[in-house]
Amino acid sequence: MMQSPKSHKTQEKGLLSSCLKKAGPYAYVVPAMTIFAVFLFYPFFKTIYLSLFKTNKMGEAKLFYGLGNYKDLLTSQSFYNSLAVTFFFVVIVVAGSMFIGLLAAVLCNRAFPGIRIFSTCYALPMAIASSSAAMIFKIMLHPSIGIVNKLLGLNINWISDPKYALVCVALLTAWLNSGINFLYFSAGLSNIDESIYERASVDGANGWQKFWSLTLPGLSPIMFYTLVVNIIQAFQAFGQVKVLTQGGPGESTNLIVYSIYRDAFFNYRFGSAAAQSVLLFAMIMALTLVMFRIEKKGVSY
Amino acid sequence: MNQTAAAENTVMKKSREEIMQLQREANAKALAKRRLEKGLLIGCNLIMAVFILLPLLYAVSVAFMPSSELFTTEINLLPSNPTLENFTQALVKVPLARFVCNSFLVAGCITIGQIISCSLAAFSFSFLDFKGKEVIFMLVMATMMIPGEATIISNYLTVSRLGWLDSYHVLIIPYLTSAMGIFLFRQFYMSFPISLFESAKIDGCSNLRFIFTILIPLTKSAIGAMAVYTFINAWNMYMWPLLVTGSNEMRTVQIGIGMLDSVDSQSITLMIAGVVMIIVPSISIFIVGQKQLIRGMFSGAVKG
Repeated sequence: MMQSPKSHKTQEKGLLSSCLKKAGPYAYVVPAMTIFAVFLFYPFFKTIYLSLFKTNKMGEAKLFYGLGNYKDLLTSQSFYNSLAVTFFFVVIVVAGSMFIGLLAAVLCNRAFPGIRIFSTCYALPMAIASSSAAMIFKIMLHPSIGIVNKLLGLNINWISDPKYALVCVALLTAWLNSGINFLYFSAGLSNIDESIYERASVDGANGWQKFWSLTLPGLSPIMFYTLVVNIIQAFQAFGQVKVLTQGGPGESTNLIVYSIYRDAFFNYRFGSAAAQSVLLFAMIMALTLVMFRIEKKGVSY
Repeated sequence: MNQTAAAENTVMKKSREEIMQLQREANAKALAKRRLEKGLLIGCNLIMAVFILLPLLYAVSVAFMPSSELFTTEINLLPSNPTLENFTQALVKVPLARFVCNSFLVAGCITIGQIISCSLAAFSFSFLDFKGKEVIFMLVMATMMIPGEATIISNYLTVSRLGWLDSYHVLIIPYLTSAMGIFLFRQFYMSFPISLFESAKIDGCSNLRFIFTILIPLTKSAIGAMAVYTFINAWNMYMWPLLVTGSNEMRTVQIGIGMLDSVDSQSITLMIAGVVMIIVPSISIFIVGQKQLIRGMFSGAVKG
């Protein structure tokens, strides 16, 4: 009697472990794979399925439309605009954020007093949410009270002028993404053997030459990885567009993810939004594959 | 003879002195050059740091500004009459405290959940043998190619059909695992000798006990990195909470703060004060966990 609670407990423990033993190694992957199955694989195929249908307002597939949604997209001015806008956006963001990250990493490459504080500063943007950052930039870019106009002595309506809106959103995103790039490049720089710089100095190379012929090639493996990650990340920008421009003025900042959001949740065209999602996925996958192919051929290690 | 030797000696002495002198001069020159270079480097870094931090510094400054001070045509970098009014007002106008609690709860659950589910899966992938292991692992890695935005519509439809909208679990459950986490932990576990696992088994250690008493303590740095990264991402999450939460009770900080945006145009300083308040937790966690994060990120996963 006295022993029963204890034995009960061990029995229960034994039951659990024997259950685990029976299910074996699979039991340990079940939690993760269940989440993947329900929230990644299933919606992935569901999105493809939806993209072939016309849907009602509840997002239920009602009428088989074949490739109609895709055809409609590929003949729509708005979709091409969205693609073009996304393309320019990605180019500016990737170039900008990689440049800032690289510059910061080069500045923090050699030890000096206070280097810790500086490197924390440079990495800091990665901790900031796109929506919060967008709110700050909204004030900074405000036409009458914004600090940007005041400091530059200009009177430009940055966010509501279609000429500047996209660049503003892109620069904001470049700033946000520069933090992690700084970390990548710092790690890459620390992998370069210091002695090659000394030998180059003995040979009379100046700082610029050393940067071009030693630092950049030495960074090429991490550079490539960073490039891929940056492009994929830039494609997914959403919060900053939602807060700062809502796709406008006109459709000048209607990036693809924002366009998906708008089609699905404002126009209730879930089929069309699903087709755009599939195309977004296809583009990202194609990019990744192409870049890995290039990597195998061109990048020196 | 003696004289010449002495003369030679003085010449030697002199030249030695001269050499010493020259050496000293060269040293001083090199030192000055090094100092100059260091000064230049610090100067460049200062400029760069101010440039990078400018938006944040400006936000902090505006947050302390009385609303009237912001609306001038003069350059107003710093508040001349700093006030805490904006912070207190922001807390009153919208239920910011509630949003912060929600975000802490959601981000905390996601972080803990990811660490557990990823540890378990990574353990299985690196220490156990089973049929289809490679295929399942490839499937996990393939998920990294699917951008979350591409599946968000179907996920929204799924959770609304389940009646999960506007709840905590809808914010948490879809994010309870991550391919990156599994990959990171597996990378760490692979560096342990298999004999560690085998000897624990011989001593009668069950798998679960092995994970919780041996593996997890040994991978503290990876877990730390993962925790910092996951928490910050969850705290900063925007699109999913925007879609699936509707009531003030369930809003997370990033969505909730948008409510300050539309109250009235005079409340710009309030909004920025709110933004500063919600940035502080993520920045603090980042600064505290930065070392862990970097060590974990680059010792296991990406190594040049």
